[in-house]
Amino acid sequence: MTRRLLLIRTIVLLTTILGLNYIVWRWLFSVNWPAWWIAVPLVIAETYSLIDSLLFGLGMWRLKERGDPPPAPEGRTVDVFITTYNEPIELVMTTARAAKEIRYPHRTWILDDGNRPEMRAAAEAEGIGIITRSADWVGMPRHAKAGNLNNALLATEGEFLLILDADQIPKPEILDRTLGYFTDEQMALVQTPQWFVNVPESDPLGSQAPLFYGPIQQGKDGWNAAFFCGSNAVIRREALMQLGVSRYASEVEIGVHKALRTAKKVIREARKQLSPDETLVRDALDAILLDIGRARKELAEGEALFDVTYRFQQRLTGIRRELVRADLEAVQADLAVVAELGVLGGEGGDSLATISDEALDQMAHRDWSPLGAVETVQALVNAVDVDRGGEAQPIMPLATISVTEDMATCMRLHGLGWRTAYHDEVLAVGLAPEDLQTMLTQRLRWAQGTVQVLFRENPLTQKRLSWAQRLMYFATMWSYLSGFAAIVYIAAPVVYLTIGVLPVQAISTEFFIRLVPFLVVNQLLFFVVAAGRPTWRGQQYSLALFPVWIKSFTSAFGNVFLGRSLDFAVTPKTKRADESLRWDLVRPQLWAMGLLAAGAVIGVVRLAVGQATWLGTVFNIVWVVFDLVIFSVIIQAVRYRGFGDAADVPEVARGGASS
Amino acid sequence: MIEIEVDRREGGIGVVVPKGRLNMVSARQLKELLGELVSSGATRVVVDLAETTFLDSSGLGAIIAGLKSARQAGGDLRIARPTATVLTVFQLTNMDKVLRPRDDVDTAFDD
Repeated sequence: MTRRLLLIRTIVLLTTILGLNYIVWRWLFSVNWPAWWIAVPLVIAETYSLIDSLLFGLGMWRLKERGDPPPAPEGRTVDVFITTYNEPIELVMTTARAAKEIRYPHRTWILDDGNRPEMRAAAEAEGIGIITRSADWVGMPRHAKAGNLNNALLATEGEFLLILDADQIPKPEILDRTLGYFTDEQMALVQTPQWFVNVPESDPLGSQAPLFYGPIQQGKDGWNAAFFCGSNAVIRREALMQLGVSRYASEVEIGVHKALRTAKKVIREARKQLSPDETLVRDALDAILLDIGRARKELAEGEALFDVTYRFQQRLTGIRRELVRADLEAVQADLAVVAELGVLGGEGGDSLATISDEALDQMAHRDWSPLGAVETVQALVNAVDVDRGGEAQPIMPLATISVTEDMATCMRLHGLGWRTAYHDEVLAVGLAPEDLQTMLTQRLRWAQGTVQVLFRENPLTQKRLSWAQRLMYFATMWSYLSGFAAIVYIAAPVVYLTIGVLPVQAISTEFFIRLVPFLVVNQLLFFVVAAGRPTWRGQQYSLALFPVWIKSFTSAFGNVFLGRSLDFAVTPKTKRADESLRWDLVRPQLWAMGLLAAGAVIGVVRLAVGQATWLGTVFNIVWVVFDLVIFSVIIQAVRYRGFGDAADVPEVARGGASS
Repeated sequence: MIEIEVDRREGGIGVVVPKGRLNMVSARQLKELLGELVSSGATRVVVDLAETTFLDSSGLGAIIAGLKSARQAGGDLRIARPTATVLTVFQLTNMDKVLRPRDDVDTAFDD
């Protein structure tokens, strides 16, 4: 163990002990129960924050700093994918040209989901491959970027894929520095940092994520849980395809069981609605019920699923054909009656005997059906099919359960036993949003995607992940709950300063003795793991964007459980022309700052007239000032006018982008 | 490289024999071939894996794509005679639970 890791572990251990010492005392001895409406939310928010730092500590415990990568093996085949939807052609081409210049032999492809003729022309003019959705996708769910990548996977054949967002300009050595990890046959994915060139040193929009693309990913890496972050990553095709195939097998199995259960109900319902004289239809429905039972029994006995569904469908087709024949006979009889009544004039038309079985088949295959029961049968056949008729491709390696396909895909890869690595070296430079609105849209999208995964595939219940892996995924989801805690952290001091209600029993010496050491070692941990990387912006934004985080939970809940739309938006990469300052975008934060400031003023007045104690007032005003300093980043963000001055570009980045 | 033999039989049955490595490079070739076979009327397809020396998930993906085309055309796709190595790939993805290999090409459609 390195000295650095030893130091980190010592601090993690201290944080844990001091944190538990504080929170247990809080719950057992210091909650001001009579003021439960503020006391309980506060102690819950504090518990939330403690769990957040314990999860952070768990990652840091295994911080993995990989250093130089193993040398890249020769002769492997690589496809470089540049995903685009509506970014400017020239921006995409800049990335594509840089991709072409990557030293390790490879093929470069632009995946244009916008299917723009001018994009194709530009790519072809420079000998860069272009891939658009195949005919299979017509009328099918498109699944945004995940769909775009799934489509390209089936159109190419390289052993490895380098995935790049349209604005992520790769360095020539990107493959030489990452392919070496794949000499480990179980390695599925290598993620490198996302670093943005159009961000000033002060980073007013919090675009760089130096703590995430650094210690946090390295900590996850230590537990074999480094995340795929959508771009700047190399993936082994076999891992993705194996994931696609095994998901197909399990989803088809679940789908068939579900369909058979539903089918039974549907047929029983249909049977109830029959009038007593419809004996033929009743017999048919009874036969179907029997077949459903038989299929379920065969599946329970472990018969191969595709054999069971095939036989089931064959029998259903037979029953269906009988029903259509019966119905035709009825129609025929009707026609005969009509013909006789109508003075025996014209041609009698085809009799039923001359209608071939093929024709009957065709009728059965046509979506025209005279009998409701037949339609029911048709719906059943479709449901109990194994071809995934509702999707463009049966194999969908990249997860489509979330707007951020990367995290869900990676979690499933870990579930299959694959390994991932985080290589901490900037090998591609990208463009960050330069205005507040775009930034807010992007953060909301990331948060929504993460919460969708939490609701759809909660990592804590994924049996094939190790407990540490589950917690590493869960930690990221947990961190987005900070929006709710922020509200409590704003409300608590304001409540004391304005109406004098204290959520703790007393601001006593014991309170400080238990709280302050924890806060100090917690900050020390940040300081040591960051090793000079700026972390303050990240801390500010984790509270200051509280409306975004809350919205991510409410909208993802509405989407997953109530079937509502997420209002999904593609992150624009170009600056917006809007010139006015957008204070309206941060109204909740401005209200919060106003309340905090007003609270401080009222608190001072209350102290002056002898209605409050010195200690309580000073403590809460310090708290208010801390909150205001946190929120001050919002003012900077609104006033930020974009990255205009090229001279601001740090040296490293320019070197990287042009060399 | 791979060589894929096709044998059309009576009753709309097509027997496909991939000889060699069925991997990410040859998967698309198999997928396209299966698609054409089905649309030309051979909706009952047997993929004979006896001479397939290597299979990866992309190759398996091509077989699934063929199964989809066959089912949509009212037919089916069966696999026959996989070697032990090839069968492992089925087991890794649990595909062996849903797609049962047949021991014989001629009787693959008897049940």
